[in-house]
This record gives sequence, C-alpha cells and structure tokens, in this order.
Amino acid sequence: MSKFKKKKSEGQPAISTASLPDIVFMLLFFFMVVTVMRQNTLMVENKLPFADQTEKLDKKDLVMYIYAGKPSPRYQERFGREARIQLNDKFASVDEVQSFIFSERETKREELVPYLTTALKVDEETNMGLVSDIKQELRKAEALKINYTTKEGEALQNMQ
Amino acid sequence: MARRSAPEVNAGSMADIAFLLLIFFLVTTTIETDSGISRKLPEWQPEEQDPPIIKERNIFQVLVNANNQLLVEDEEMEIEELRQAAVEFLDNGGGTGDEACDFCQGAGDPDSSVNPTKAIISLVNNRGTEYGTYIAVQNELVAAYNQLRDREAQRLFGTSFTEMQARYDDSRTSEGAKETLKERIEVIKDMIPQKLSEAEPTS
Repeated sequence: MSKFKKKKSEGQPAISTASLPDIVFMLLFFFMVVTVMRQNTLMVENKLPFADQTEKLDKKDLVMYIYAGKPSPRYQERFGREARIQLNDKFASVDEVQSFIFSERETKREELVPYLTTALKVDEETNMGLVSDIKQELRKAEALKINYTTKEGEALQNMQ
Repeated sequence: MARRSAPEVNAGSMADIAFLLLIFFLVTTTIETDSGISRKLPEWQPEEQDPPIIKERNIFQVLVNANNQLLVEDEEMEIEELRQAAVEFLDNGGGTGDEACDFCQGAGDPDSSVNPTKAIISLVNNRGTEYGTYIAVQNELVAAYNQLRDREAQRLFGTSFTEMQARYDDSRTSEGAKETLKERIEVIKDMIPQKLSEAEPTS
C-alpha cells in the first residue's frame, strides 16, 4: 500500500522535449528544400502592377527576366531618377537587350530555345516609352514570347 | 584507473541551433510563382508595309494618353466600362451572308463589328502612359476575350475556356485528355481569335 502512495505524491512528471529537435529539423528541411534564393539583386524599384487575367509561368529555367524601373534610392545618386533597364546584376541601355537575349540563348539547349519566354518585370510607374523600346528590341532579337509579370489583384487598382 | 565510459554529449542545445536555422530559412523563403499576362509580339518587319485594308466598323480603337486617360471609339471612357464595351463590340455580330456570326448575342449594330473573327482591337498608347495603366487596359481587353470564350466553351463543351486552358497546362492531365482539350481550345480560338493590335506609341 505504501508503495503506491509514494508515487502519487511526486506530482506531474515533466513533458519530454526530446523529440522537439526532430520536429524542428523536419520543418527546417522543408524550408531548406523549398527555398529558392533570388537570382538577381534588384537595383530598381519594382512595384508590379495588378492584373487578374493571368497565366502562370511554370518552367523557371526557360524564363529570361528583364527588370525596369526607377533606380533604388541607394543608386539614385549615381544613376538619377529616370527609369532604367536592369539585366542580370547591372543597369543596361536599350541596345544591350539584344545581346542579353542572345547570350541567354547560348546557355540553353538548342531544342529549348523556341520555348524561351521573356518576363518583363516593370515597375508600374514606368513610362510606356521605355517598355515599347524594350519590346522593339525583343522583336528584333526574335524573342517574341513575352509575359508581363503582374501581381494577382484587381487591375483597377493600377489607376489610383 | 578503471575505464571510464565517454561522457554523453549534451544535445539540449541542438533544438536551439535547429531553431536558428529554421528561422533563417523561414525569413528568406519566398514561395513565389510568377504569373502575368502572356503576349506574343509580332515579328520584326524591317520595311514599312502598307497596312491591310480593314473596314472601319471592324476596328475598336483604344487610345491612352500621357495622363492615363482613355479614348475609346472617339469617346472618353473610364477603365471600368472598357470590358463591357469591348465585349459588346466583339459580340455584335452584325454580319450577313458569309460574314454572319451564328453564335453572337450582340445587338447587330451596323456600325460595329461583323464577326469576332474579323473584329480587331487596336491599342495605341502614348510614350508617357504609365505602365500600370497599360497593364490595366490589357487586362480588361483580355478579360473581354476570356468572357466571350468562356461563354462559348460553356455552351459547346460545358466547361469554361480558362479552365480548359488550366487543365491543358497541368502536367497531371493525361496525354489523351490533352489531345481533346487542345482540339477544343483550338475550336474556341478559331471562333474568337484574340486580335489585339498594338501600334507604335505616339510621342
């Protein structure tokens, strides 16, 4: 009888946290696998416009990115406030677009070249002049498949 | 001295280290799938070519100026009304004989388009137009096409056009199903082709 009594008086045992690291590791591995590191560091402001009639860009390796917009605050001293194009990690002028497309094509397998898409990530405050200059260059480079990257949302928000 | 067993490594701080890494990856993760409006640019033509002759009634003129204002068919318009106006234009079905449109539900206005296959939306923007406005206009025009295509797909195949496209792009759809989907998508695309012409921007 006294044996049982003794146990009861000890109070509640502590919850074992031995499996906590396992749980945390599981989450850790999930996020490690899912994480995609940004390919390019943005040097321009990039507030994308909204649209709701969108299509998804699936194959990420078949997409070439062209950024455009006002230089970010820390580059404004050197590059001014006028909207500019960013290719890879540096600012570029309009006539460099063609050579950029060609060099991107070089890195892809030949049979995949027709499926290459150009994603235009353009800040919503950019003037259309710059965008149509880019489009003209893309036409000259025969990169005809383009995608205006947008955020999901009502397009009317762009007008405010 | 007697053999001592090696002391056990204290694993109590492993959780802390794992948490630290976890938080790092949590913060850096951006689960982003890029989506946007897909377009196909026309091929580059070095020489100036004479534009083909198109009847005035089959053209839906959309002008956007540097102040982001819209001029649609020579009338000022708010962006909210653009989608409806474009649908009415495409769906007008004013044609007779060869040009007749057997599925259109529009008013049959003699000054508007004869058939969706003939109807062209012409978009001209200014160099000073904001990109956001341009995307909004593009979005509304694509929405107008999608609305009509959805309606026809619903009537013919009992499912919407956008859904058919989504299923076609889905890698889980079997090859056989893709064949029929592709056929159906082509049928709809032939009925209502997306004829969106963009002119050089005015300065």
